[in-house]
Amino acid sequence: MTEPALYILLAPLAAFAVMIFFGKKLPRGGDWVSLFAIWSGLAVSLYLLAQVLFAYDPDFCETRSIEWLVWGDFRLAAGMLIDNMTVVMLVVVTLVSAVVHLYSVGYMRGDPRYTLFFAYLSFFSFSMLGLVLAENLILIYAFWELVGLSSYLLIGFWYEKDSAANAGKKAFITNRVGDAGMLIGILLVLSSLGTVSLHGIADGVAAGKLGGGLLTAVGICLFMGAVGKSAQFPLHVWLPDAMEGPTPVSALIHAATMVAAGVYLVARLFVILSFDASVVIAYVGGFTALFAATIAVAQNDIKRVLAYSTLSQLGYMVMALGAGAYTAGFFHLVTHAMFKACLFLGSGSVIHAMHHALQHTGSHADAQDLRNMGGLRRKMPLTFWTFLISTLALCGVPLMSGFLSKDSILAGTLAFASEHPAHWLLPVFGFAAAALTAFYMFRLVYLAFSGTFRMGADAERHLHESPSVMIVPLVILSTLCFFGFYTLPAFNPTTPEGGWFAHLLPTPARAYGVAHYAADLSHETVVPGEAFEQVAPHAEHSAHGSHAIHTIAMMISIFVAGLGILIASMGYYWNRISPALWQRRLGFVYRGMYRKWWIDEIYDVTVVWGTLGFTRVLTWFDLRVIDGLVDGSAWLTRQWSRLSGWFDLRGVDGFVNFTAWFVGIWGRFVRLFQGGQLQRYILYTLAGVGLVLILSVLQ
Amino acid sequence: MGPLTLITFLPAAGAVLVAFLPKDNPRLIRWTSLTFTAAVLVIAAALYPQFQTGLPGINDPTSFQFSEKASWIPAYGIHYYVGVDGLSFPMVLLTALLCFLCIPASWGISQHVKGYHALFLLLETGMMGAFVSLDFFLFYVFWEVMLLPMYFLIGIWGGPRRVYAAIKFFLYTLLGSVLMLIVLLVLYFNVRDPQTGQHTFNMLHMMSQANHGGILGIHSVRVLLFFGLYVGFAIKVPVFPFHTWLPDAHVEAPTAISVILAGVLLKMGTYGLLRISYPILPDATRQFAWFLALMGTINIVYGALCAMAQKDLKKLVAYSSISHMGYVLLAMSSLTPAGMNGAVLQMFNHGTITAMLFLLVGVIYDRAHHRDIEGFGGLANVMPKYLGVTAIAFFASMGLPGLSGFISEVLCFIGAFPIWQTFTIISICGIIITAGYLLWTIQRIFFGSQNPKYTSLPDINARELFTLIPLAVIVILLGIWPHPVLNLMNTSMTYLGRLVSGGLL
Repeated sequence: MTEPALYILLAPLAAFAVMIFFGKKLPRGGDWVSLFAIWSGLAVSLYLLAQVLFAYDPDFCETRSIEWLVWGDFRLAAGMLIDNMTVVMLVVVTLVSAVVHLYSVGYMRGDPRYTLFFAYLSFFSFSMLGLVLAENLILIYAFWELVGLSSYLLIGFWYEKDSAANAGKKAFITNRVGDAGMLIGILLVLSSLGTVSLHGIADGVAAGKLGGGLLTAVGICLFMGAVGKSAQFPLHVWLPDAMEGPTPVSALIHAATMVAAGVYLVARLFVILSFDASVVIAYVGGFTALFAATIAVAQNDIKRVLAYSTLSQLGYMVMALGAGAYTAGFFHLVTHAMFKACLFLGSGSVIHAMHHALQHTGSHADAQDLRNMGGLRRKMPLTFWTFLISTLALCGVPLMSGFLSKDSILAGTLAFASEHPAHWLLPVFGFAAAALTAFYMFRLVYLAFSGTFRMGADAERHLHESPSVMIVPLVILSTLCFFGFYTLPAFNPTTPEGGWFAHLLPTPARAYGVAHYAADLSHETVVPGEAFEQVAPHAEHSAHGSHAIHTIAMMISIFVAGLGILIASMGYYWNRISPALWQRRLGFVYRGMYRKWWIDEIYDVTVVWGTLGFTRVLTWFDLRVIDGLVDGSAWLTRQWSRLSGWFDLRGVDGFVNFTAWFVGIWGRFVRLFQGGQLQRYILYTLAGVGLVLILSVLQ
Repeated sequence: MGPLTLITFLPAAGAVLVAFLPKDNPRLIRWTSLTFTAAVLVIAAALYPQFQTGLPGINDPTSFQFSEKASWIPAYGIHYYVGVDGLSFPMVLLTALLCFLCIPASWGISQHVKGYHALFLLLETGMMGAFVSLDFFLFYVFWEVMLLPMYFLIGIWGGPRRVYAAIKFFLYTLLGSVLMLIVLLVLYFNVRDPQTGQHTFNMLHMMSQANHGGILGIHSVRVLLFFGLYVGFAIKVPVFPFHTWLPDAHVEAPTAISVILAGVLLKMGTYGLLRISYPILPDATRQFAWFLALMGTINIVYGALCAMAQKDLKKLVAYSSISHMGYVLLAMSSLTPAGMNGAVLQMFNHGTITAMLFLLVGVIYDRAHHRDIEGFGGLANVMPKYLGVTAIAFFASMGLPGLSGFISEVLCFIGAFPIWQTFTIISICGIIITAGYLLWTIQRIFFGSQNPKYTSLPDINARELFTLIPLAVIVILLGIWPHPVLNLMNTSMTYLGRLVSGGLL
């Protein structure tokens, strides 16, 4: 299976290279090169899926690697790991990517950088597929950064706009914060286990080589990467801004695939997560799910609502994995990829039409603002119906894929809370977010598609349904929103149990739990700290108790979703509740939701200004203090030399001159006696002789 | 005459030849120096397949490759002794490559063309000689030979404050040289050749602790010697707080000289530490490894933060060099195989990446005649090819996977982490700042609304591409498949790490 996988991986890379160097010279800007690469990749992925389905083996796994880096005696392999999860991810990525490629042919038509857009899409597909196939953490990290790069390039695709360029930069840097934590986690793993291969790590943890607080630290550090990439609180701020990118990009990267990479990573690491790390993960996810949903309620930009909805849904997946509901979390990743991509592409179709209509009337109104829309159902029926189907899936309405996956997550958290009553908040987060989800999604649907068009009849005449190249992807994705695709062969509309998905991707046994359990048996001691065996049996345990919990969860979730839809309908369809009145009544709370709880502003004031201010202080320090010392010592040397020059001139040379002067003075004095007159000499002699005589007489 | 002598003195011969060429024919002068640097590159490249990667070198005279030894000043035991191992050979390749590419990058020099090229070729001799020398006296001579041409190249062909920058560079480096000279003399008078019993400058003899006598037995003397060498080499790296000559020198130096300065000369500092301080004074190295790690960490974070605040593009790149040389220090202080390999790989990769960065600054400076980051804006549509190459260099500098900087940075961290956890974690935070200032710079130069002053700037031309494409190809290839360079150094650097850490003593 590795050769076909290699083809899936490398075809988009080849397409990228061709597009960058020759794309502009090719007919149609070379879009067919990228399209061929990804659609053929999809075909091969489906072939792999078929093989996996025929094998129907939960433990299926194939690896292949080559020696990549050698230092000392250590050999780091670059390898690919293909198991059921990989194959499912391959299908999801190539499928969404393929339909987005197709959609972009219509959406990006006429863009001056049409070729470059497809080149970037291909590059993204390559990076994302590499991330999915990578067998060790360093390789995952490498592709992780590459998807970050492609995200940066595509968010800032319309870089003439400052907002787009800023959003790209913000996304990259925010992600880097998470990546730094992830890198530290990888280094911890490598230095304590001597391996970074996914299987090697699981084996090492199972053998008890890494455990306790260190394992929790590893789990949380690695999870930081996921917090960045899957935009969990507090690193969620980049994702809403990323909507500055073209809408197909939002659908592919910022809804369906890349942002799910964090969830994928947590799922991959699921077996080694310690209990404490799992709890942290669950709370981060649960809080994000609710937090983002509250913001989505108050947004007016169609893409922003969907962006916050994505945050919220990613939070669900993360919470599920943290709470031990592995299959449910990963299942939601897959179903969410389909309906959220469909929602984004649908919003793109709406924006496309709005833009066109507003341009015709010369209006500068915002084509993405829900308050400018209304009544689009009549003008864009196919967009409306596909959008509605995927909305129902997102809200968790029965018979839809989202119902199955969200319901499993809620059941999972409820089961977790019933075993650990201290964590009762997790299901509360989950159900509250589910209610809000149903509310904001139906608010969006009503505002955009029902009622009358709010930009005047003139603009309304120019509203058209999008071309079929954009509609076909919508139809494909909305078809995949029905439950049947995921629960064959049991075909049960209430639970994924019995379906191929749940069979092929069962919750794996915790490696840490095994080691811990073994250690407990041999030493008869209880290791301090929360131990996982409390949860480890839960997988089997819940198999019995799950039925009751599942039923309760299902009933509550149907109820809260219905409640959300009902309130939205009363507010925006039947007009029984006045949204404006409630906005005023909620006061501070509404302002908080509208202003995204001021998180961006807080970061600006603290992190951004703090860093920039600090760099200025350091630069001043560098220039004035450090370099000041250098220049100062040079100045000091010069002063010193001047002083010694003065001393040399006045002191040393002064002494020399003084000596000369002194000798000269003496010479001049003595010269007085050397007049050359013989009489005087005789006089001096006589005076001298007289003096001697007097002195001798006196003695 | 062996190949190492040839690559060392061929440029000097070229310098002499250039000096005799007619002054009024700059074309001839340029092509002559291009020929000589190309010849050096060809010879160095030809050595590549012959280089045996299994031989450690370092302190073992039998496993140095292409070595030549001849008595030079017998009265003082001074030899002409050259040879390469896994530590010096990558540096030789880097020097040969960058010097060759710098000649086309100097095509725009129009004043005193003859003097410029003669000095440049002399500089290449100095650098090559320093990298291949195995006799400390010979090393010192080449070290000083590098200094003088650099002083004139900055002082004559530099920017407005060139005299200040050149004198600062010269005096600062000279201070280091003086300290090195003192250490050199102390070592000379206390180390004896085991065969002849004479005092010797032979580095390999100095590395054998059995040959040490006299005051070298005193621990504090050895520590003093270590710090004497440290200051000498730290000035070159440059390590905080000896770094302030670098931004000034870079801002004033002409493009090609900046390339050499950052690409090769800075490596001379860390090379000196690895070649001389490490094996000659292993105990002091072990004792003060924490100090090297601390300084490396300061360099990484401090350099990155200072880079973020710069308004002059060239100064920004200069500070980024300070930051990136910090990785080398941090990694080499760990003595682990990954750290030692990472350090030298980072030296090589930083050499190619920073060369690209300075060449790219030169490209935009030649067109806009300023380097003020805020003074551009929206160049993406005016110079798309320039943006493409700049993106490769910037992302490589940021340590993005698929580009060579990633491998060496990760290797540095992998090596350093088990030994210096806290320092490594702080340094990893440096990569966030690095991404910050590089992306911000890209945005200010290329994105946003177009600056009306620069709507008709010509895109990067063929000559400039000729200098950049080879580097870009190397950066990409080594990012995907680092084996060709990593393999060169692995045996030697692993051996050196074990030697110093006591594993092989």
